Amino acid sequence: MQAQKSDIVARLRKEVLTLQGFKGIVEQRQQQTDLSSIENNFPNRKFPTGTIHEFVSDSSEHAVATNCFIASLLSKLTRRKGICLWVSTNRTIYPPALKSYGIDPANLVFIDLIKPKDALWVIEEALKCEALVAVVGEIQELGFTESRRLQLAVEHSNVTGFIHRFKPKNKNAVASVARWSIKILPSTPIDDLPGVGFPKWHVQLLKVRNGIPGAWQVEWNTNTFSVTADKAVSIPAIHKSRTA
Amino acid sequence: MERRYVSIWFSSLCTDWLMRRQPYLRNVPFVLSSTERGRAIVKGANDVARGKGVNIGMAVADSRAILPSLQVIDDTPGLNEKLLTAIGEWCIRYTPVVAIDLPDGIILNASGCAHLWGGEERYVADILEKFRKLGYDVRICMADTIGTAWAVARYGRPAYSIIKAGEQLSALLHLPPSALRIETSIAQRLEKLGLYQVKDFIRMPRGALRRRFGQSLLQRIDQALGQEIETIEPVNPVVPYQERLPSLEPIRTATGIEIALKQLLEGLCARMAKDEIGLRSCLLCCYRIDGNVQKIEIGTNRPSRNAAHLFKLFELKIPAIEPALGFELFVLEGRETERISPEQEAIWNRKEEGNDVAIAELLDRIAGKVGKQAICRYLPAEHYWPERAMKLAGSVQEMPTTQWRDESPRPLHLLHNPERIEVTVPIPDYPPMLFHYKGVLHKVTKADGPERIEQEWWLTGGMYRDYYCVEDENGARYWLFRLGHYDSGEPQWYVHGFFG
Repeated sequence: MQAQKSDIVARLRKEVLTLQGFKGIVEQRQQQTDLSSIENNFPNRKFPTGTIHEFVSDSSEHAVATNCFIASLLSKLTRRKGICLWVSTNRTIYPPALKSYGIDPANLVFIDLIKPKDALWVIEEALKCEALVAVVGEIQELGFTESRRLQLAVEHSNVTGFIHRFKPKNKNAVASVARWSIKILPSTPIDDLPGVGFPKWHVQLLKVRNGIPGAWQVEWNTNTFSVTADKAVSIPAIHKSRTA
Repeated sequence: MERRYVSIWFSSLCTDWLMRRQPYLRNVPFVLSSTERGRAIVKGANDVARGKGVNIGMAVADSRAILPSLQVIDDTPGLNEKLLTAIGEWCIRYTPVVAIDLPDGIILNASGCAHLWGGEERYVADILEKFRKLGYDVRICMADTIGTAWAVARYGRPAYSIIKAGEQLSALLHLPPSALRIETSIAQRLEKLGLYQVKDFIRMPRGALRRRFGQSLLQRIDQALGQEIETIEPVNPVVPYQERLPSLEPIRTATGIEIALKQLLEGLCARMAKDEIGLRSCLLCCYRIDGNVQKIEIGTNRPSRNAAHLFKLFELKIPAIEPALGFELFVLEGRETERISPEQEAIWNRKEEGNDVAIAELLDRIAGKVGKQAICRYLPAEHYWPERAMKLAGSVQEMPTTQWRDESPRPLHLLHNPERIEVTVPIPDYPPMLFHYKGVLHKVTKADGPERIEQEWWLTGGMYRDYYCVEDENGARYWLFRLGHYDSGEPQWYVHGFFG
């Protein structure tokens, strides 16, 4: 009797997750990534693919860090194969640098646009294309209605979308499963040697649907993440009971 | 602009063509025969036969009596027209406006074309040489009017001649009256009256000529001298992949156009599937009832005969066409086609190939909406200079020929143009301690470098750059460089990129 009950609860949980737009999580097999301590904060303890992730950055230094984090996530998703689209209205990405984030730059197709309206159209069309692994969109403003269209597109195609909003005029709520904020941190010297160390970011998961927000310090060390929990940021009281 | 015409006369078109097809006929006397009023008449004869006394217009029985070894081949009616049309299409290499001139000639409108061959002399000589190599006996004349070119090509002495602008009259003076393209009966009457050359009657009063020979002679004289404009009907090469759809009622709505387009695409794609061919570019012409033609064109990244995909590409452009009073005819033309081998079709079922097609179709749609220049894909190039370390790929399928380099760090964000900064720096080769960028003072805490990159002297001149990777007290990382060295005065410092 007890077993039956837990089965029913598990099934209902799955259904709720699917309704919340986490179709990818329910279906996908367990992927071994080195982001496990971040992944624990997502429902089902998996990094959700086939959904929209929103990144917000306020200054150009943090924007670079955000793009770096997205690039390293892409490398984990694509695993050196598969084509991704990078849509932007004012591109500053230097393709040869992507190699050090584990992506073959030849597998990325850049779409450089002038009008934000065109960018939204291209992002939506690209998210509908099942052959792509992921789509990165660098746009400033994203309204709630537009974000819902993007979410509907990925629910059919299972493509992962990363929307990077640089200096948005207002941080309105959008229909994404998670909102991230990536900030740059001073690198730690390697073995006390002089010089610049590995890239290090302060990764904040500001909002996550059916999961727990959190903050971490992430270092990108030759194609692997090393994550340490950030003590400085306290978990909001609402979520404390759930983590416990 | 002055008009120039070239008339090409084939003195023996059908026999030349037969000898080209069957080379053994070159040394054998042969004639082409056809039946006329119950008798077999010689319609054409090759040089060997003519040399032995066989003439065109003789009865075949008579010519056999002269030359018992004569071969007789039946003449195919309409052969000359077919040959001239094919030759006319071939002649489009010389000018876009080519007309056939039955029974044995071609007219080219060569206005403004000859300079591409380096002058009229070379232009005409090139045409003559090409035809001679093919085995045709031709005579060519270039003149201001069709009439003069026609006359001199047929009745002039040399194999090719060029009549200078405005000299039509002097070129015609010594030619027989039939050179004016007049009816045989008029020519015979002129000769009966002792008017054997054009100069004998061309200066006669027009009224007298009209009274005795009719208006048609005057019209021909005017056309030859350029006083009356003559038009020609140009040859249109057939587009192999074209579909037409006329409509009973004028079509004005977008839905109507879509239905028409779908129908045309299905027909075209079915034909292409049969021929194993795919479209690279395609043009839809909509003929409006007021005579206007609206055109929309699409292009694809890889050959496609997927009607649904091609329709999607057109769909983006349908709002750009104006139906006004309505369309009466739709013509879909496959401009560029490419082979798709049947093996490829089988591989499409595999996941990865299917992905390639889906991505190519997505990029087609994007290119159709925002333009082809928006799509960039990069491949490594063998240069150390950062701006030149990559090149644009031609297509989605193109594979890198060399490796991406990652020994030295490169910033994820690179400025298109390096920006000047003010620095405080110990000499000679140390990274800066402080720098001012966009009005903010950055204090350098950690630094790597220098990495010296020399300008490639075989491409451009310029000073080398010493790159430093520095981190300020907030953790932001920059890619700075010093242009040149301290030897030549105060070197300049720039920021070129941002690490994340």
